[in-house]
Amino acid sequence: MKNTVILGALTIAGLSAGAAAAGTLDDVKARGKLNCGVTTGLVGFAAPDANGEWKGFDVAVCRAVAAAVLGDGSAVEFVPTTGKTRFTALASGEIDVLARNTTWTFSRDVDLKFEFTGVNYYDGQGFMVPKELGVSSAKELDGATVCIQTGTTTELNLADFFRSNNISYEPVPIETNAEAQQQYLAGACDVYTTDASGLAATRATFESPADHVLLPEIISKEPLGPLVRHGDNEWGDVVRWTLNALITAEELGVTSANLAEMAGGTNNPEINRLLGTEGTLGEMLGLSADWGKNALSVGGNYGEVFADNIGEATPIGLARGLNAQWTEGGLLYSPPFR
Amino acid sequence: MTTLTDPPKESFRLSMLIYDTRYRSMTIQIIALIGFLLLLGMLVTNTAQNLATLGKEPSFRFLGEPASYDINQRLLEYTSRDSHLRAALLGLLNTLVVAFLGCITATILGVIIGVLRLSSNWVVAKLTTIYVEIFRNVPVLLWIVFTMAIMIETMPAPRAFKGENPVATMALNDSVAVTNRGIYIPEPLFSRSLGDVHLLGQGSMRFDVSLDLIAIVLVLGLSLWGAAKIKLRADKIQEKTGERPRTWHTRLGLIVVPTAVLLVALGFHFGYPELKGFNFKGGTHLRNSLIALWLALSLYTAAFIAEIVRAGILAVSHGQTEAAAALGIRPGKIMSLVVLPQAMRVIIPPLISNWLNLTKNSSLAIAVGYMDITGTLMGITLNQTGRELETVLLTMLIYLSISLSISAVMNWYNKRVKLVER
Ligand SMILES: N[C@@H](CCC(=O)N[C@@H](CS)C(=O)NCC(=O)O)C(=O)O
Repeated sequence: MKNTVILGALTIAGLSAGAAAAGTLDDVKARGKLNCGVTTGLVGFAAPDANGEWKGFDVAVCRAVAAAVLGDGSAVEFVPTTGKTRFTALASGEIDVLARNTTWTFSRDVDLKFEFTGVNYYDGQGFMVPKELGVSSAKELDGATVCIQTGTTTELNLADFFRSNNISYEPVPIETNAEAQQQYLAGACDVYTTDASGLAATRATFESPADHVLLPEIISKEPLGPLVRHGDNEWGDVVRWTLNALITAEELGVTSANLAEMAGGTNNPEINRLLGTEGTLGEMLGLSADWGKNALSVGGNYGEVFADNIGEATPIGLARGLNAQWTEGGLLYSPPFR
Repeated sequence: MTTLTDPPKESFRLSMLIYDTRYRSMTIQIIALIGFLLLLGMLVTNTAQNLATLGKEPSFRFLGEPASYDINQRLLEYTSRDSHLRAALLGLLNTLVVAFLGCITATILGVIIGVLRLSSNWVVAKLTTIYVEIFRNVPVLLWIVFTMAIMIETMPAPRAFKGENPVATMALNDSVAVTNRGIYIPEPLFSRSLGDVHLLGQGSMRFDVSLDLIAIVLVLGLSLWGAAKIKLRADKIQEKTGERPRTWHTRLGLIVVPTAVLLVALGFHFGYPELKGFNFKGGTHLRNSLIALWLALSLYTAAFIAEIVRAGILAVSHGQTEAAAALGIRPGKIMSLVVLPQAMRVIIPPLISNWLNLTKNSSLAIAVGYMDITGTLMGITLNQTGRELETVLLTMLIYLSISLSISAVMNWYNKRVKLVER
């Protein structure tokens, strides 16, 4: 009889555990660490450097969120995920936020029950081939062997592209970028296709990047951004507005260089609200007043993060393009801090 | 008539459930069972509840939606517009192919190595021992990845076959190309083909089988049956008269001629692989993922089968061999007529379990991108639809059915060869 009672109590405890998993913000604060899902290694976006420290464009988002919430940009536990494991990791609560070149799509947002908190890179799918093949257009790839990461949007776009152009190909499904790189360089596939930014980042690590070309066709829209679990709106807001803080800071001219000075108060009320010297935005998010300043103190504003990790001065050499501020003809457009 | 009186009847008290050894074990078992059922119920309701709060009630509707991804190794016709169900079917066939090929090669290799390990030749015995120890003691996943890496890194890419003075050339009179994308071999073609027969309708489960293949199997089957009949008759005559009529030429003719005639009638010829554009075209492409998986699983499982065969042979008493030798039977014949048939009884049960292991290990296909059922249903379909629970359950069900079918067939065979005890 006693057994039954205990088990009954366990059952109820188990049931309530499912419902109580909501407050991610409190969990992160209590833990003192942010669990952030990143790639298994894509230099420029997320990869450990020579000292074992994670660096990159997606990593910067993780660090900014950690700084905003915990006041410390290094209080992050990076969890490497593959294209296939990333969603399970997020849904199961193993990670608090996923920042891994992940495309915002309808089904991921609605059916998989995630919430995209914005776009940190507007991308599209491209193709990379060795120069010696003499290919100048993706339409000439009839019969080619194509390396493709499974569990990605790119694998679906690829099927559609070849089918609609009535040409054939041989897919080689691959788990991680590193594996794709190995097979591609060994000539086990003729073409590597993924997000164009990923191709540029991969090519930059080759011994002779000049021997490989990116084909002109961009066959899809890949808005990449950080995402959280659906249903925890407070946490979603924190991640969303941290990203917006980085973007707005660039628009308003707040940089690493002048951050300390501006945090002393400026003539521009929006900067003051962003940096916490005016208004109670931080409090509304459940964070400290200087959350925005903390987020910006890690790697600077969006433009600085871009330039340091993947910009034209780096080996990856990506131009701002669509990722310029709206004032510069790009798509970056943060809602106002008001 | 009995003079004994019954022992006084004990009245049943509740405490006896615990203190009386007659009831105690029963009580404990019932409590354990209830506990187990409660735990199970808790897990199920908890899962269902959590899925419901997530808004992810179990549903198998996704199986009918278009898969939208491509599969490289297709035994049936398939495009990315086909359903997830069909993608799963193709994956299942790929699982069965590699399991079937693997079981055959592993068994052949295993028997040879097992017999050689008992060889009186010191070098042969030691070499096979080394083989067994190396393959048995390294996880099969490593063998699979290792084989794949060797193929990718050491074999030439198709483009190495290009140009005036190519780096690589095709083997066997230009009929076989060994590349780092796999091996291309000649394929059988029929210029007067009978076409396909559509089994199982036109839906997701459609299963087109070549009529040429069916015709060849039928004719060959009939010929073999006829040849067996002739042999049976010869056996009878031998038993009656002591003299065996010479039948091998009629039997051979019966097997070869009808099939050969059919092949000529169908216009049988080979299609050879040829370098065209990026890849070899024509011929059959054995992908490197298939070869890596097949080879690694075979070599690994063969090491276990070799040990089983060795144990089986050692289980047959040496007296049998000596008795057979005393009757003047030659050593090779002693092995095949006396020792192996008896050893089989010891060998078959563990052999079955090794075949099952090989089949289940084939799910490591994912490591080399072989598109088996774990690559399609439990891989891409799971990932693109987010239906973890449903796809994993289905995959488990499928593996269970495969394993139970193999056991059922082998148990039936085992019953037939088992020593009939009287
Ligand atoms: N944006 C696509 C593709 C994302 C993807 O897998 N990108 C690759 C190359 S850009 C990557 O990040 N690989 C890193 C890894 O293998 O861990 C998606 O969300 O499905």
